Amino acid sequence: MEQLTFEYPAKRAVTTRAHVGVVGSGDLEVLLQPADAMRARVVVHTSVDGYSHIWKSVLDRFFTRYDGAALIEINDFGATPGVVALRLAEAIEAAQDAGNGARS
Amino acid sequence: MNTAGSATNPMLLHDSFIELSARERARSLFDPGTFRELLGPFDRLESPWLPLQGIVCQADDGVVIARGTIGGAPAVVAAIESAFQGGSIGEVAGSKIAAALELALADCERGHVVRPVVLFETGGVRLQEANLGLAVIAEIQAAIVALRAHVPVVGVIAGMVGCFGGMSLAAALCSYLVMTKQGRLGMNGPEVIEQEAGIDELDASDRRHVWQLIGGEQRARTGFADALVDDATDAVSAAVREMFARGVRAEHRSEQVDGYLAKLAAVDPGTVTPEAMRAIFGTRSNGGAA
Repeated sequence: MEQLTFEYPAKRAVTTRAHVGVVGSGDLEVLLQPADAMRARVVVHTSVDGYSHIWKSVLDRFFTRYDGAALIEINDFGATPGVVALRLAEAIEAAQDAGNGARS
Repeated sequence: MNTAGSATNPMLLHDSFIELSARERARSLFDPGTFRELLGPFDRLESPWLPLQGIVCQADDGVVIARGTIGGAPAVVAAIESAFQGGSIGEVAGSKIAAALELALADCERGHVVRPVVLFETGGVRLQEANLGLAVIAEIQAAIVALRAHVPVVGVIAGMVGCFGGMSLAAALCSYLVMTKQGRLGMNGPEVIEQEAGIDELDASDRRHVWQLIGGEQRARTGFADALVDDATDAVSAAVREMFARGVRAEHRSEQVDGYLAKLAAVDPGTVTPEAMRAIFGTRSNGGAA
């Protein structure tokens, strides 16, 4: 098991939180919530050691499109990069839906 | 699209219960809009034991506890997530279930009835947490037995993991059990039996045979499950409500010791077949509701 931490610049505050996924074979759990500063922070707990360069690539690409100041915690059980990207997108969508739901 | 799955999805031809996550399963049982999760993932009540063994935690330790109403009455649902560690019961996961049932019991004792539902999907105790998991399974069982005198305790085994080990005993202690054809209920899982007793005893890869022995249909035909339902959220939901409508059981299965000993005595282990089990155990006296 390995813990990895990444930080990225952010341009806007995040006001809602979201939880998606499950720590099951080839899958992962994403917990997204507002960060306490204007930057994004990602903490990854992964069952597979030695892939920090792949995580960095996946997250670098994700943060070219995402600019929220979110604290993202990931509990990973051997998800492939594609699954990671999908779960991250799902978490953002769920957080946005939670925001829309609160307003309406 | 709402990932919480509260709305019906027109893209789905079949509204499967089995395919839902534990959280979605729990939500689907409550009256619409009443689901409220307790000790959810953001409370981060994780296993303190898994990281010491190099295993990644899940933020809710694989158990969802939720309050709401079922059929208009206050209810609590404990749902086990089978995808995380095979739905195994560790110290935290099991304590969440036990505490939910104990709080429901305290409410019932004060005259405020809470309907308890447990969604079993578990291989039993989490081996990495050994005795702590076993101890808490005993607490779950004690809580079920205390609660069922006040209100029906309804268990659901939908599949595809099924319900095994100490938690199979917890399921058997419930007032009523709802199963699907895909669900399985047994003490030792087929792989364990094959490993320990040899392939002549049971070929765990023979799925048809395994389900003939411990599948939902057989369990319903032999009186160990009270309702056999299709794998559909509305069917499971309706069956759970029907079980509560039956009320507190006059005599629970686990109280019918003499009756079951007599049935066991009629079993010939050398020649027993699934059909023979139905003939012996299916014959009435499984203590129908008053």
